[in-house]
Amino acid sequence: MSRRAGLSVELSAPLLAVGAALLLGAAFIAATGHDPLAAYGALVNGALGGRSGVWATLTRATPIVGMGLATAVAFRAGFFNLGGEGQLVLGGLASALVALALPGGGALTILLAIATAMVAGGLWAASAAWSQDRFGVPLLLSTLLMNYPARLLASYLVNHRLRDVESGLPQTERIAPAVRLGELGVGSRLHVGALIILVAVIAAAFVIRRTRVGYRIRMTGLNARFARAGGVDVPRLGLGVMFGSGALAGLVGAIQVLGVHHRFIDGSLTQPLWAWTGLMVALLSGSRPLGVLAAGVFFAAVQTGGFAMERATAVPRELSRVLQALIILLVAAQESFRSLLRWRPRAGRSA
Amino acid sequence: MEVLGLFDASLANSLLRFATPILLAALGGLLCERAGVLNIGLEGLMLAGAFSAVLGSYLWGSSLAGVAFAVAGAVLVAATFALFAVTLRGNEIVVGIAINLLASGLTVYLLRSLFGVKGAFQDPAIRGLPTIRLPWIDGLPLVGPLLSGHTPLIYLALLATAATQLILFRHVVGLRLRGVGEHAEAATTLGVSVARYRYGALLASGALCGLAGAQLSLGNVTLFVENMSAGRGWIAVVAVMFGRAHPIGVLAACLLFGLTESLGFRLQGLQMPSQLTDALPYLVTLASLFLFRAQARRGG
Repeated sequence: MSRRAGLSVELSAPLLAVGAALLLGAAFIAATGHDPLAAYGALVNGALGGRSGVWATLTRATPIVGMGLATAVAFRAGFFNLGGEGQLVLGGLASALVALALPGGGALTILLAIATAMVAGGLWAASAAWSQDRFGVPLLLSTLLMNYPARLLASYLVNHRLRDVESGLPQTERIAPAVRLGELGVGSRLHVGALIILVAVIAAAFVIRRTRVGYRIRMTGLNARFARAGGVDVPRLGLGVMFGSGALAGLVGAIQVLGVHHRFIDGSLTQPLWAWTGLMVALLSGSRPLGVLAAGVFFAAVQTGGFAMERATAVPRELSRVLQALIILLVAAQESFRSLLRWRPRAGRSA
Repeated sequence: MEVLGLFDASLANSLLRFATPILLAALGGLLCERAGVLNIGLEGLMLAGAFSAVLGSYLWGSSLAGVAFAVAGAVLVAATFALFAVTLRGNEIVVGIAINLLASGLTVYLLRSLFGVKGAFQDPAIRGLPTIRLPWIDGLPLVGPLLSGHTPLIYLALLATAATQLILFRHVVGLRLRGVGEHAEAATTLGVSVARYRYGALLASGALCGLAGAQLSLGNVTLFVENMSAGRGWIAVVAVMFGRAHPIGVLAACLLFGLTESLGFRLQGLQMPSQLTDALPYLVTLASLFLFRAQARRGG
């Protein structure tokens, strides 16, 4: 089986989807009375033009890649985790609570806050996997519906119990400078969290490609029945994979709270739609960790560019949300694209 | 003692108002389920309907135009779903997710580019749906507020439930639709076009979700708020499962979920924190998933 030839087909489908989505988007921009070329020009310029654009893109890419990875880990094994948002929020909340409770602990507090966040997100996700195995509750629906109570619980706590009364806003108090994730000092707000996510991506790629667990994940994702026949304990794998997926989401929550907001602010993790963008990134990447990195940076660039586009051309930046959704819609049909691509006879390729 | 006090006229009145959007969307989901398509795009279809309803009502100054726009808008989005899921054979779950995200992105984009506002759009030019007072029944205690004084869409939803039951089990179209869902190959052998029936079910679900959206944005309130469907489309997906894709069962499930929502609304009036009362419908919906042991279904 030739891996290279497969890769070119693997890559051409998402690229085709992106291209087609950009064309559709252009038609859409024109239909709402704007100039598509000017809008796209401003978008590219904002995302990649100059240092500040690149750093802003990478800062934005941190939670997007993180949530993409969280979702991809579950998708790869065939488990639809739509609950990234709730897992992210609970992780962020847990990290803030630990950081507020132990302000004097320095690096130890940071580690503990991150670990607590990962356990919180992981348990929330794993409970959905457990319910599917034990009670037949479909993961797709339970993970999605569990977002709402998680969000509302966090919102309740920072509105009532944990509210920073002085600020007058629904948020916890500020966490001590010693327990924050430091900025990398490259200008913008790029912080240590970006490196943590990068390490997570590489680790996930290694685990999925090279380890026994990774093999089980891939096999179960391709065909759960076959994997079961081959001796994989699928429910147990699902429990572990969902815990890992939720833990990664929790990690992203901790990183945003400790590195960017320095407190838990109601809605700060849900309004930017990190979880949903991450989910789209996972779908675009075919749930491959390195693909998640590439697709995550790409979506971050589209969003960062969206802000610049809005300033320059009066096209609302929410256009980037439309573009992203169109890309995923087209990716969903990529099997059809693929068969179109394969249909053309190619030289030097053996099946 | 306190608990019984909650079941008063205002609760009775809000029950159908809250249950109807879920019911209309769930009927759409039911038709798709019966045709063998898992439609998790109900949320997005409903949202598209809610936005289009406000747009139509604002432009033409009539709630009827709003309803027509709502149906047209949601059907258009449903046609996109059908194109990608049926014709291009995309994974239904991925297409459904993309449709939800597309609807949420599009409505926010259009909200800004058409009305120049963020978050919510409210204008005196938007005409809400009228309410109908039923003769005789209106004056009755408890039953009056429960059944009377609602928008036409609420009565339409109850009629649609009965119509779905009849078409599904008493009409040849329903028989073929179920055949397509239960055994597509057999249906094809008998000369029934699987694609056509799936398109039909998806477009019908678009129309029903459009009505659901209109009830949300022109019935329960008279404005559009970003993501105002707030998970009701997902609750409708659960209602289809919980009601075993049976119109009567689905109606019962939607009444239960509507009751939870109106209870939450009532409790908020009694100084309960809104975050806790808002969580109630989702918790009950989750609980219903535990009660219902789903058969192993085709998954992703």
